[in-house]
Formats: sequence, C-alpha cells, structure tokens
Amino acid sequence: MDFNDSPQEAEFRAEAVSWLEQNVPSRQELQGLDEIQRCKLWQKRKYDAGWACIRWPKEYGGRDATAIQSVIWNQEESKHSVPTGIFGIGQGMAAPTMMSWASEDQKRFHLPPLASGEHIWCQLFSEPSAGSDLAAVRTRAVRDGNDWVINGQKIWTSGAHYSNYGILVVRTDPDVPKHKGLTYFFLDMKSPGVEIRPIKQISGGANFNEVFFNDVRIPDEQRLGAVGQGWQVSLTTLMNERAAIGGGGGVGFDRVFRLAQEVTIDDRPAIENAQVRSALANWYCQESGLQYTGYRSLTALSRGETPGPENSIGKYVGASKTQDMASFAMDLLEMSGALQDPQSAFAGGMYPGTYMGSPGLRIAGGSDEIMLNILAERVLGMPQDIRPDKGVPFSEIPTGSNN
Amino acid sequence: MNFEFSQDQELLREQARGFLDENCSLSDVRKILEGSESYDSGLWSKIADLGWLSTVIPEEHGGLGLTYYELSVIAEELGRAIAPVPFSSSVYLAAEALMLAGSSSQQQKWLPKLAIGEAIGTFALAEGAGRPTPKSLTTTASNSSISGTKIAVPDGDIADFAIVVAKCDGGDGASVYLAELADVARRKVSVIDPTRSHAQLQFDSSKAELMGSEGTGWSLTSQLMDRAAVMFAWEQVGGSASALDQAKEYAMGRYAFGRPIAGFQAIKHKLANAYVKNTLARSNCYFGAWALAGNEAELPLAAATARVSSTQAYYFASKENIQTHGGMGFTWEFDCQMYYRRAKLLSVALGSELWWQDRLISAYERSNQPITA
Repeated sequence: MDFNDSPQEAEFRAEAVSWLEQNVPSRQELQGLDEIQRCKLWQKRKYDAGWACIRWPKEYGGRDATAIQSVIWNQEESKHSVPTGIFGIGQGMAAPTMMSWASEDQKRFHLPPLASGEHIWCQLFSEPSAGSDLAAVRTRAVRDGNDWVINGQKIWTSGAHYSNYGILVVRTDPDVPKHKGLTYFFLDMKSPGVEIRPIKQISGGANFNEVFFNDVRIPDEQRLGAVGQGWQVSLTTLMNERAAIGGGGGVGFDRVFRLAQEVTIDDRPAIENAQVRSALANWYCQESGLQYTGYRSLTALSRGETPGPENSIGKYVGASKTQDMASFAMDLLEMSGALQDPQSAFAGGMYPGTYMGSPGLRIAGGSDEIMLNILAERVLGMPQDIRPDKGVPFSEIPTGSNN
Repeated sequence: MNFEFSQDQELLREQARGFLDENCSLSDVRKILEGSESYDSGLWSKIADLGWLSTVIPEEHGGLGLTYYELSVIAEELGRAIAPVPFSSSVYLAAEALMLAGSSSQQQKWLPKLAIGEAIGTFALAEGAGRPTPKSLTTTASNSSISGTKIAVPDGDIADFAIVVAKCDGGDGASVYLAELADVARRKVSVIDPTRSHAQLQFDSSKAELMGSEGTGWSLTSQLMDRAAVMFAWEQVGGSASALDQAKEYAMGRYAFGRPIAGFQAIKHKLANAYVKNTLARSNCYFGAWALAGNEAELPLAAATARVSSTQAYYFASKENIQTHGGMGFTWEFDCQMYYRRAKLLSVALGSELWWQDRLISAYERSNQPITA
C-alpha cells in the first residue's frame, strides 16, 4: 500500500498543478466583484483552457478525463482558495441528468454554457409536503397544446434567484400511484409566472428559496423522459446529489484541537483534561476513518473499478461531527462561547455560526435518517419499509395536518 | 493511489476464511467456551502448519519474512472466527517483542520455535486494577531474576515464556525481561472470555533475562503496544463485521407483526450505524497497517486511531447483536455471547479505550500535524 500516484496520474497532476499555479485569479483580479461574478470569472478561465468539468465529453465542453483524473483535479483545485460555490447543482446534478435523458441537440446547446459558467441551474424538487418522501410532489403540470402549464410550489431551492435554468419534477397524473404520475422537465427560470421568494434560515442566511408557479408554460420539448417517467429520471439526479453535498465547513479536528491548547480549564490548558482528550480522540477517529475510506475509494477509481457504497457514509458522519464539534468548541469557550458579536466573538463567531448552520447539513441532500435507510437497504440488503401508499392512486393517499 | 490489499493478499484472505470456516466454526469455539481446554490445540497446530505464526518472522529465524499486510489479513480473519488460540500473545506480543528488543541469542532461541508453534510466548504487564505506569509496578528485578505477581496474563497457563515488565530505579522506570515459565507458580484464572485462557503468574526470584537495556522498558512497552494494537484492531474489526452479519441474518429471518424485523427502521438504523462504525474502523486499520508495514513515524497515531475506533465498533456491534436477537440473544444457547465476550476482552487486554484515546492525543501533540493530505 502507498499513497502514490501511478506515473500517468503523477504526470496529469503535475500538469494540473502547473496550470493552477499560473492561472488562479489574484486578489486584485477579484476585487470589486460579487461572489457570482468571481465564480463566473474562474469558471470561464478554466473552460477556455480545457479545465472545466473535465470528466465530460469534449463535445459538451469537457476534457474526456477519467474518474481518477477528475479526483486529482479536484484535490489540486481545492488547495487554492478559488470561488466555485454556485455551479455545483448545475454541473453536478442537472448536467448528468441532461446527459442521460436530453436530446443530442439539447445537450450540445445546454451543456457547454453549464461548463463555461455562463449558465447557472437550480433544482426544483422538494415541496412543502414532499421532502424525504419526494415522490409525493403535488405541483401540477397539465398539457395544453404543445405546452405544459405548471401550477404549484417548490421549496429549498438553492440559488433559484440567480439561476438561468431549473430542473423540475411535477405531477402529471394524480390518479395513478404516486411514483407513476410524475414527469420531469427543465425550464427557463425567467419564464412568466415563476415567482421566487428567499427563505430566511435559522443561521440568518438565505441560501435558498420558495419558488411559486402560476400558470407557467413549458414547451413539451423540454420534457426529459416520457410522460409518467419522471421518478426514474429523478433518480439520475439524486444519485449525483450526495456526492455534491459536503460534510464539513471549517470546524474540523485540528482547529478544535488547537482551541483546546489555547483555552484553559482550571488554569491548565484544556487539552490536558481527560474528558477533552477523549472527545477529541473520537472525532479524530471519525475524520481519519473518512479520509482513509476516501483513499480506498480512490484506489478503486485508480484501478478502473467503481467504488463501493462505503463512501456514502461521508455526509452522514461528517454532518453530525461538525455539529458536535462546534457545540463542544463553544463549551470550551465557556461563558464567552455564545458570543457572535463581531468585535468580541472568538474566531469571528465561527463556532456559533457553525452550530447554527450545521443542522442544515444533516437534512440537505438526504437526511441522516434517509442515509441510514439507504445504507441498510442498498448495502446491507435489508427490506424496505412497508408503505401504506403503495399502489394507491396519489389522489387517495391520506395527508396530515402538517402538510 | 494504491490504498488496498494486493491480489495476493486478497487470495490469502480467501484461503484463510475458507480454512477457518471449516476448522473454526462457532460450534468449535463453543467447545472451548464450555470445556476445560485452554485453547483449541488441534486448530493451533493446523494454523502452525499453514505458516501463519511465522508470517512476519524473518527467514533467518525460520519465518516467512512477509509483511504486516499479510498478518493484517490473517488477524482480521482470526477475529472474524473468534479463534480460540493464543495467536495474539505469541505472534503480536511475544514474537514482536523479540524482534523489537531481543538479543541475537534470544531471537535465535525463541523465534524459530514461535514460528512453528513449538513454543508459545506471552506478555505480562498488569499487576492490579487501574492503568499501569512505571511507578505502579511492584515486580522487581535483581541479578537476572524477577519477583512479583502478574495478573490476567493472556495464555499465561500455557505459555513457555513471558515478556515481563518490571520496575527499574533508573532510566524510564522499567525494564523488560524474558522469563521461562516452566518453574514459575501459575494459576489459571477465569475471565470474561473463556475461549482465551488467562493465568496469574507468581515470580519468586525466578530466572529471567534482560531484554534491551535496563531502564528502557517503558519505552519498549509503549512501542510494543503500538505494534500489537494494529493487529488487535484488525481482530476487532473482523469480529465486529461478523457480529453485524449475525445480527442482520437473524433480523432477516425473525418475524414480528407479520414481517421480518429487518424491515423496521429501529433495527435498520441500528445496524446501519454498526456498518458505519465498522467501515471507519476498517479504514483506520488500513492506516495502521500502512504505518506498521513501513515503520512510519505516524505509527503511534495510526495505531491508537485504529485501536480506538475498532474497540468502539466491536463493542457497539456485539451489544446491538444481542439486542437485535432479543431474549434469545441473552441465552447461553445462542452464540451472540461469544462476540460480546471477545469484544470486551480484546478491548481491555491491550489497554482500555480511555487509555488509547489519551495515547492518540499524545501522539497528535507530538507530531502536531494536521491530517489533511
């Protein structure tokens, strides 16, 4: 065992490293630009040099790179502080769905602007009454000539307010069982009747939105898959989702370890306290376990194999770890732990900030409970839940007072 | 990136698993649990014939001179089978101590015998309740002899010699001795896992040879613990995976409320969590094996990480295996107890989870390296 690249991998890495060193935007270049402009500048620069979405075929704006090359590129790019935040859903989820289900013309038209950063896409899946039970969506699409007319509401739509396009799953037939009455579209977010309202989160931020559809017309050509095949198309998107949601944020083992060296318990460094050592050791084990599980997956990729499902534990373990470490760090700060005041808060209020942001990590992209179901069913082969709605026409499925 | 076992090592795993399925089933383990034998001597001699005992012993001492990756594979499979043999004492501890600090005559005398199973060795540190330190040691040494009592010595009733940690007034406070046990008073003691026998050893001016230099015994003990911890962790991960298999299999076949209990989320989530813990522990064991195989500077950190996560994983899987079985899991007749017993034995045998958590942070303090690649 070793952590070394193969000669071909090493050559590719060297090429990536050297290009990045010469092309990562300087602070001056980014000065005065907002976050979206910064992301677009960097994405376009990568695209022009053939370093955008490198796993994609060349004709769609990619580089025809292998899976392991793509990982190497991501490793090297992430060593630089570059703006990348806004393209994840379009490039990571919408694009793979388009590649599997769109027409050749649509792929040639839509994928290159996704790769170049010219277009940003969002995902219109969840609804107020359809989260973990995604197939329960109620937003309706009714055929009218060559168009479909959409009415209803989507929620938790990250980036809807700055997106050019969206991928959308809606109900086209309420009188068949729920998975069978869905159809999948993509649409122009500037279409008349699309109304976007930001949602304020408990963290104070507003990264996502409610999106209302009032008689929005979508041409039938923008349907992906057959009428009634929307669930199957959605699975292509969802399979790519968990890879796109990170576990982390800035609160990791090393940071809290250093905090424990800095603050005191009974006038001694907190790190000397047995309880502190024990808690930190457990988080180190989790972080290290995830890292080396990742290396095993990389090895599979490097050997041209498909990594096993073990990598799907990353989001599940990482999210709770982040939440727990932020909470623990605030305890180490004792009575100043709650401070978020910009002038007096420790580390700029990072720990309370993470404490408030981390509940979202445990829900986004498949909640902890859904992740455990997936592990139990797909990895361990345990049976699915009994579903009282199975085979029942959607219109006859009971709903509760919180829907 | 090449962070996996090689094809040859995987082939070894297949052979080991096939051999143990045939020669070390749970009913074979139960014979030792319920009988008066200290270990399965038939299995032990077959294991010796396969060469497993000699895996990492150098060829000049009659070993195969293979790597710790091969030994890792064997350790995981032995753990999976809950093998009732003195492998860990003789291979991970006694042979390892000899390779680490034995004089060339000590190595020449004992390694070839350990390699073929003609001799069994063990390691004796504990003297009472609580975490041992040089200060706490009461076993003393003078003029090539030692006196004192060592409790809960694994395989102490069957071993030919023991590596004994004794107090030393100079240096780091301890010295390590090799003592032959033929004339030492010993009493077999019952432990939580009777498939691994233990004894109390009473040294009374017993003949013993110094290993390494005087006053370096505590540092040597610590190095030995790090090296053995990686292999203990592999055994723990193997046992933990096996306990999870058993729980899952039972849940699939046990019906309640008209369906397999494996379909209930209370059970699914419990076992999915066991899978998560096992996966993290296994990946940390890879890290440990890599550090041990290359004698890397990261070994103390890697060993502690593998050890802590495997200890936790096995405890969780073995207790939730009983829970999944319900009342039947609590009966003597069912085999769940064997994992639960072995999990706790392995967890305290080389120092507790608390101790290894402390060692982990100490190792990190010394290296002070962020773990990001």
